[in-house]
Amino acid sequence: MAAGTRLRRAAGHGGHWSVIGVFTLFSAFPFYWMLITTFKRTGDLMKRGNNPFIYNEPPTLENLRVLFFDTLYVRWLGNTLLVGVLVVVITLLLAVPAGYALARLTGRWGEQLGIGIFLTYLVPPTLLFIPMSRVIGDLGLQDSLWSLVLVYPSFTVPFCTWLLMGFFKAIPPDLEEAAMIDGESRLGAFVKIVIPISVAGILTVVIFTLTLVMQEFVYALTFISSVSQFTVSVGVPTFLVRGDVYFWGSLMAGCFIASVPVAVLYNFFVDRFIAGFTVGAIK
Amino acid sequence: MATQELQVEDRARGGWFASLVDRPEWLGPLMIGPAVLYIVLLVGLPFFLALYYSLTDITAGSRTLGFVGLRHFTDIIGTTKFQTALKNTFIFAVGSQVVVIVLASILALAMQRDFRGKWLVRFLILLPWVAPISLGTIGWLWIFDSVYSVINWTLEALGLITQDTWPMWLGKPYLAMISVVGVHVWRLLPLATVILLAGLSSIPQDIHDAAQVDGASFWRHLVQITLPLIRPIMLVATLFGVVFAFTDMIVIFVLTRGGPYDTTQVLATLAFFTGIQGGDLGEGAAIAVFLFPLLLAVAVVFLRVARRSEVV
Repeated sequence: MAAGTRLRRAAGHGGHWSVIGVFTLFSAFPFYWMLITTFKRTGDLMKRGNNPFIYNEPPTLENLRVLFFDTLYVRWLGNTLLVGVLVVVITLLLAVPAGYALARLTGRWGEQLGIGIFLTYLVPPTLLFIPMSRVIGDLGLQDSLWSLVLVYPSFTVPFCTWLLMGFFKAIPPDLEEAAMIDGESRLGAFVKIVIPISVAGILTVVIFTLTLVMQEFVYALTFISSVSQFTVSVGVPTFLVRGDVYFWGSLMAGCFIASVPVAVLYNFFVDRFIAGFTVGAIK
Repeated sequence: MATQELQVEDRARGGWFASLVDRPEWLGPLMIGPAVLYIVLLVGLPFFLALYYSLTDITAGSRTLGFVGLRHFTDIIGTTKFQTALKNTFIFAVGSQVVVIVLASILALAMQRDFRGKWLVRFLILLPWVAPISLGTIGWLWIFDSVYSVINWTLEALGLITQDTWPMWLGKPYLAMISVVGVHVWRLLPLATVILLAGLSSIPQDIHDAAQVDGASFWRHLVQITLPLIRPIMLVATLFGVVFAFTDMIVIFVLTRGGPYDTTQVLATLAFFTGIQGGDLGEGAAIAVFLFPLLLAVAVVFLRVARRSEVV
């Protein structure tokens, strides 16, 4: 009897680990594969029959050298960072006050408005990119990073406003009320009391905005046509993949380097992100 | 008395702005106004422009536009290209969502337990969602390569295929569809899993304990207790998944560009190739507008869920 239970538990453990193992393999394999490919010589990659799991020829740094010195990869990283920082600034300026207002000042209609704002996050770029391309052209921003700076807040602001609203709601109102009794205005209390204790929430928004900018593809593909103005997410798949000759080593290096650090950063904040997604569906 | 005078004076000096900002009924709209304005200008306006363009003959180069009514719609609905794209959109979105929800439920149940190295497993499982999609998809482009595919190499080494039955993952219609659906599942699985996990962890432990005491078997526990309790959150996960799947063009753009022979073309990619690369903004907009009824349906369901959970 006892042995039977133990056996069943062992089988359960084995089952559990195999489920976890299979899913982890499925999720992480492409990134592992990028990493392996990064250090492989082209001759090794392009020889049929070579076991792809091992290094048949000694590893090399040549692919990284090509990526960093013979392509515009570093430029693309810089472009992405520049757009990211500017979009973060715009997003914070718009979303922090809006989130606070929705949390404290607007009552019932504010709640409706909050849901409305969140829903605009679901309006996809693929519905808007055609008129957007015309508007950007009319503004003379075609092929300029400023077009991205202008357009990206249209999806970062809705989501960040929603996140910050939840964050501000969790702060006890007594804190501001005490400050207001001491003669602060509402705005003064917000700036001097609420913002300093919301650093964690604001930091979350900064990280999300940066990752959303890093991930965005459709608008950048639509608005930008010069190689030197690309962001990483568009430059690598369109420019490095163009033509018949694929430099798989450099390509995979480019993907890995731009993916994994962002993922590490994002991982620290993912719970907050999910809290924003699940809205009121759980208590 | 004196301080009151001082305050009044203060306020007068600060001018109308300071007095405006002091009143909550003004401060609220003032703080939220800029964000709303931005969203109206950059989401609302383009949205209506999309609807408007779909009724005109606008092209990328034209300076004038003529009103053509519903001509684009009647034109495109008849074409096989559009019909295939519409059908593919549904296969792509529904197919990937069904698989995602099933797999995410299994994975979430497995992840709910505590085990050693959980944080690492979680990080690895989240990678596809967190990394830029276009770059993750290139990883798959290499994995599916027609000559050097690691999948094929492994299958051949296991003796399951030979050079003659070598599958061309992205070159054959059915396989290409399976591949793009598979990559999309790969990308959306993490999101659905963490949403479901949040749902699972919100179930009070007493309920599980009670079921245990009553001697409920694993399956009974799962089907009669756990699944009904996470149904609302499952709905949320599905809604996001459906929106992302119906409107996504990145996976298909990077892997197949809609090929081979348009067999993986979806509405979003077709709109891109017609409107942006082809320069026919009017027709492109008309194709993209077909995404709208779907989004509307999702929004309605979402609002319902949001309202219901508020009451509970």
